[in-house]
Amino acid sequence: MRDIISKSFGWAYLIFIYGFIFLPVAVLVLFSFQDGRLPVPPFNGFSTQWYEAVFADRKLMAALGNSFLVATGSSILACLLGFLAAYALARYKLPGSALQRGLLIAPMTVSYLIIALGLLAVLNAMKIPLSLWTVGIGHVVINLPLCFAIIYASMGDHHINIERAARDLGANDLKVMALVTAPMLMPSILAAFFLSVTFSWDEFIIAFLLSRFDVTLPVEIWSMLRSGLNPKTNAIGSLVFLVSVAVLLVLELALFGRNRKT
Amino acid sequence: MTASVFVRGATKTFGSFPALDNVSLDIEAGEFIVLLGPSGCGKTTLLSILGGFMAPSSGSILIGGKDMAGVAPAHRPTTTMFQDYALFPHMRLIDNVGFGLRMRGLGKSERDEKALAFLDLVGLKASAAKKPHELSGGQRQRVALARALAVDPDVLLLDEPLGALDLKLRRQMQDELKAIQKRVGTTFVHVTHDQEEAMAIADRIVVMNQGRIEDFGPPAEIYMRPKSLFSAGFMGEINLLPGRVLETAADGARIETATGPVALPLASFIREWPKVGDNVTICIRPEHITMATSASPIRLGEAVVTGSAFFGTHFRCHMAPSNASGLSLVAHMPQSANTAIGDRVELAVDPAALTVLPAA
Repeated sequence: MRDIISKSFGWAYLIFIYGFIFLPVAVLVLFSFQDGRLPVPPFNGFSTQWYEAVFADRKLMAALGNSFLVATGSSILACLLGFLAAYALARYKLPGSALQRGLLIAPMTVSYLIIALGLLAVLNAMKIPLSLWTVGIGHVVINLPLCFAIIYASMGDHHINIERAARDLGANDLKVMALVTAPMLMPSILAAFFLSVTFSWDEFIIAFLLSRFDVTLPVEIWSMLRSGLNPKTNAIGSLVFLVSVAVLLVLELALFGRNRKT
Repeated sequence: MTASVFVRGATKTFGSFPALDNVSLDIEAGEFIVLLGPSGCGKTTLLSILGGFMAPSSGSILIGGKDMAGVAPAHRPTTTMFQDYALFPHMRLIDNVGFGLRMRGLGKSERDEKALAFLDLVGLKASAAKKPHELSGGQRQRVALARALAVDPDVLLLDEPLGALDLKLRRQMQDELKAIQKRVGTTFVHVTHDQEEAMAIADRIVVMNQGRIEDFGPPAEIYMRPKSLFSAGFMGEINLLPGRVLETAADGARIETATGPVALPLASFIREWPKVGDNVTICIRPEHITMATSASPIRLGEAVVTGSAFFGTHFRCHMAPSNASGLSLVAHMPQSANTAIGDRVELAVDPAALTVLPAA
């Protein structure tokens, strides 16, 4: 009897937690199919008109492309820099390596708003105009610590002899990194990359403060919201969510698919 | 290809600890050399210095007559086979074996052909497309060997390559290593702490202890005529019988021991001529102690069997000589001996099998 009570309590708790997390998303997705002008109950009927409106909206589509560019570009750069930093700190004795590690991870603890304002001040002082490039720089700043931490954690000592063997067989440092170290660490590099893509994809504050004419999707959605609620925002929100889920799925498969094999 | 290796006064200190202490060694081209010793004896340090992963604090290394000072591992005519095999986990076997050739700029078809030939040499041609994690320990070891040999080194350095294998597989791999070495003719320098392995594969064994070379020679010589007490004890079980030189003659010396005086030929004195009054240690392998017959030239007197265990090839017996209280000898008695605890036996030794070293 007590078993049944504690078990059912456990299930109720589980359902409550997942409901708490996913109900808003479910509502968002549901009302993106609303047949009417307001994304609020009652649900009038099923329609894909708002998705058609989204795909017909040039500005939204441009923002979607911009977001994709910024997310992939900044993530590739963050992974590359993070990998190089991790390799140096894991394989060589550097002066103050503990301090350097700390400094690399430190931006994680600073709020995006502060980072954005800081970068804005610097860019202004250097007379660099705001563009998608500056948004990308901002996203590298926030994602580099993450990429570094993930890749550094996976650089074990058991790889040292393998790199040594490669060197012994005639590989120079660049070839050791490109042909041996990076492929061995590919699961964690991919994890860092895809996490970084999802963070960049959703990021608003930095993208808002560091962009001007070309904007990323979250900024475009924000300007849509200023003119009031509309099932179209639900539709684009659903699409953003779909992309995030897709990236996470790829990450899962890339990571855990590999782990299961080895 | 193959090359000689000369080590000249190599010393390596870590802080104030001498890991390698003025080591000199001449290895001929095409030899299978085993560096043997307990952990911390400096054998791995010496191998690292040969491979170029470590620079000696002083002294020099010549491979094929060329001084190796300042030459990086990649540019030495050596390759190293690591203890943990260090295979590239993300590459197929054929790419693992072909890696060194790729670094030397060989085209894909040419290096694949060569890699296949080396995989064939170690009996893994059929698995060329597999990845290392699909292999057993012994197979990985073979791939590591093929990869190291594929770049045609003059000297192959092997860092305890058989350490992770179980006993049966280790014995089998020893035979294969030896056979492959004979076939390719490359100089092999192999590190191990297993003296049976050393005897099984080496042309010559280097016994090391505390950063120094204790003994250097063919396995039989090191076993039968060790040049130091450490070497004698490390190569296998041995009885150490302390004694004092009583008198010397042109062809031998008489030595007073706890079991009575024995006369030994000069050939038994490995390190120095006996002088009257010298304290010495007589080294006797258990299998050289026999039951005395009327013809036995050297007798150890009567002893009581205090312990006996059957080892298949022999009985391993503990013997307490009657006229030397506190002394215990280990003797291997033949299967037919039928010794029982409490038996009294007359012991003798073969003088040709004895060695006499200065007392420790």
